Amino acid sequence: MALVLNEEQQMLKESARGFLQEHAPLAQLRRLRDERDAIGYSAESWAQMVELGWAGILVPEAYGGLDFGHVGMGQIMEENGRTLTASPLFATAILGVSALVLGGSDEQKKTLLPAIVEGSLTLALAVDEGPKHKPAQVTMTASKGGAESNNLKLNGAKQFVADGHVADKLIVSARTSMRSSAHSSTHSSAAPDDNDGISVFLVDRDAEGVTVERVMMADSRNSAMVTFDNVVVPQGAMLGQAGKGLALIEGLTDIGNAHLAAELLGISLEVFERTVQYMQERKQFGVLIGSYQGLQHRAAHLFSEIELTKSVVIKALQALDEKLLDKKTLDENSDAASLLCSMAKAKASEVAALATNESVQLHGGIGMTDEYDMGFYMKRARVAEHMLGDQRFHQRRFAALSGY
Amino acid sequence: MANVNTFRESTRAWLEANCPPSMRQPIVDFEDRCWGGAKWKFVSEDQRRWLDVMAERGWTAPDWPSEYGGGGLSKEESKILREELYRIDARTPLFSMGLFMIGPAILKYGSEALKRQHIPDIVKGKIWWCQGYSEPNFGSDLAGLQARCEDKDDHYIINGQKVWTSYADRADWMFCLVRTDPDVVKHAGISLVLFDMNTPGVSTKPIKLISGKSPFCETFLDDVRVEKNQLVGELNKGWKLASYLLTHEREMIGNMGQAAASAKTLHQHATDVVGLENGVLNDSALRTDIARWEIDSKAYELTAERIRDETQAGQGTGATSSMLKYTGTEINKRRHELMLGIYGQQALGWEGDMFAGGTMASQWLRTKGNSIEGGTSEIQLNIISKRILGLGATG
Ligand SMILES: Cc1cc2nc3c(=O)[nH]c(=O)nc-3n(C[C@H](O)[C@H](O)[C@H](O)COP(=O)(O)OP(=O)(O)OC[C@H]3O[C@@H](n4cnc5c(N)ncnc54)[C@H](O)[C@@H]3O)c2cc1C
Repeated sequence: MALVLNEEQQMLKESARGFLQEHAPLAQLRRLRDERDAIGYSAESWAQMVELGWAGILVPEAYGGLDFGHVGMGQIMEENGRTLTASPLFATAILGVSALVLGGSDEQKKTLLPAIVEGSLTLALAVDEGPKHKPAQVTMTASKGGAESNNLKLNGAKQFVADGHVADKLIVSARTSMRSSAHSSTHSSAAPDDNDGISVFLVDRDAEGVTVERVMMADSRNSAMVTFDNVVVPQGAMLGQAGKGLALIEGLTDIGNAHLAAELLGISLEVFERTVQYMQERKQFGVLIGSYQGLQHRAAHLFSEIELTKSVVIKALQALDEKLLDKKTLDENSDAASLLCSMAKAKASEVAALATNESVQLHGGIGMTDEYDMGFYMKRARVAEHMLGDQRFHQRRFAALSGY
Repeated sequence: MANVNTFRESTRAWLEANCPPSMRQPIVDFEDRCWGGAKWKFVSEDQRRWLDVMAERGWTAPDWPSEYGGGGLSKEESKILREELYRIDARTPLFSMGLFMIGPAILKYGSEALKRQHIPDIVKGKIWWCQGYSEPNFGSDLAGLQARCEDKDDHYIINGQKVWTSYADRADWMFCLVRTDPDVVKHAGISLVLFDMNTPGVSTKPIKLISGKSPFCETFLDDVRVEKNQLVGELNKGWKLASYLLTHEREMIGNMGQAAASAKTLHQHATDVVGLENGVLNDSALRTDIARWEIDSKAYELTAERIRDETQAGQGTGATSSMLKYTGTEINKRRHELMLGIYGQQALGWEGDMFAGGTMASQWLRTKGNSIEGGTSEIQLNIISKRILGLGATG
């Protein structure tokens, strides 16, 4: 497949840019932050995005969606990186939808996907139990809810759940079977990083025993710590096969990381363009700072790095679309797409860190002010990097998938 | 799409039948890559045959017009041919400055007579071309060049000195930038001429490089007579041609790090030398460095591909050859630094069979020139700053 957008994808990108710049610019996130908004995003803007069909871009047509694919959605994410618009787009329309598409039963898809498309349901992915992404590191348990019951009881805690305090339902990973670990020196009988025995559940956020604590992150976007205390869930709440949850989560995080990479690319492009513009306006020693070669070379280097990033991002998004077309099941989870998604996330994270650091430095003192926008991009770039694995995580994953 | 698929199938079948197995082996020595030319000694009968059968179809220059011996393929077809060659690890049948540099310039700017004289020979690999641009005092500042070319009514006479002329001692012809008007601003008085290296007054002296090899020379031009019909394009308009040529040169150099499909990857080298423990490379610092390099290298390949696709789709920003040259050469240098990291002192052995005659060290050192030849990395960054980013000039 040619590494270019087709006409429809290009149109979607342009309309996304138009909408976000006009109706949900960075000023909106600033206002939400300053007003300590209770939901943390503009419900009105989200309703408009739903109206535009964005919630259904990844939803198959059979369930009322547009089935427009990852390349298309990635363009919205890239544009979103320029405006830093806070919305359920990532947690619900990308991760939530993909969880259902990859793991949901027909029944689950039929009831939940159309609700997402029409904007009446939001989701959040709760997999990590610490500050770093370690999908196999699960201590949360799902145990039988009693002899006569088919229900399960969830116990444990999840951390850094994006949109966790507002989403209607949480997608939660927990251990359904414990490999008793004879070698373990701890008194725990389970090996918490055992790859088998993890299952994924859909849990109502307001179910009894769920406690959600909203946390304020540097990027002013939503995150939450969630604890589960004997939360009763029916068997039907399981997403995908029992014990096969890790494969589902890996598939999901591939998708999430490709889209975060697209967002990080958008951030890099935005701060880069603003910085080059500033270099053409700001004078010191009687000349434009852009005439200094020491600065020109830094800008030109950054330009080149961003060009490299563009290519890995579009390739990863295309690979996800191709994988869907191939109808590969999770078990034969194609390593090729995973490799490309990790590559995209690693490169986009590294370059976004460079871009945001350089942009603040090349703006001088004004770059350090809250009033100027640069800081917002730097903060978001780091949070987006660390969600679902930072650059080092993905370098390691790349190496592991390559067989070293 | 149907005819594209047929083209792929017929190409695949033809290559299967015509590409000798020995031409699908990795390139090790300099001579494994055929540069052609009158004095070329083929390393094997296969190398000769592979060049001949490909040149026969014009596939040494797939997208050049067939009336001059080129392949006459569309961009799409050329891409398929490239992919099919890559798929079977075929060596490029001919690698030359004729193909990458002077050929495209003659096709774009040369007279009909020049095209008929030179293009078919370039396609067939009959002439080894060298590039006479740099002079002792004018390298990055190429437009300052001084080699003087005087008009003697029915011919030109050239006097001057060139330096760093790659393979001048093996080459048959030179494309040479000369000063035809000394009285105007520097870019405005330059022309591009072609001459036979056997012309009286042309002499070369090899320069030994840090890699131990002597691929390039000082070239002295003393009263060298050049026929007037060997001027490419218009008199004093040579700078435009030189810039055009440099674009092609950059793309060629940027791609030098690209390995054959089956070539051993960096992590395979590392796995063999350092070993794995539980499937993980036994040196975690090296592992991260290699992963970062492999990601960048893949990103570079995809970027070259994306830019070709964008050009074909009529999109894109243009002026990207400097970016590809800069990134491609810096990545290739890193690769060879990592080879030292993997092999340690073994890679630094200089003489003897134990070190394959110092091949690894020599290759490592040769890559240092990648970010100098064809315009240094700093010059590429200058070009990106000015032409793409529109940042002001300070020289
Ligand atoms: C392997 C190899 C093969 C070559 N083959 C050929 C060939 O076949 N034919 C040919 O004509 N030439 C050839 N060259 C020469 C090559 O093109 C020149 O070496 C190159 O253009 C640099 O010129 P220079 O060596 O004079 O260095 P200089 O121009 O003197 O540069 C010295 C340093 O100053 C920096 N510099 C110079 N100007 C600027 C500026 N404006 N801004 C910032 N930094 C600057 C350079 O980047 C470099 O780091 C070859 C060189 C190599 C290494």
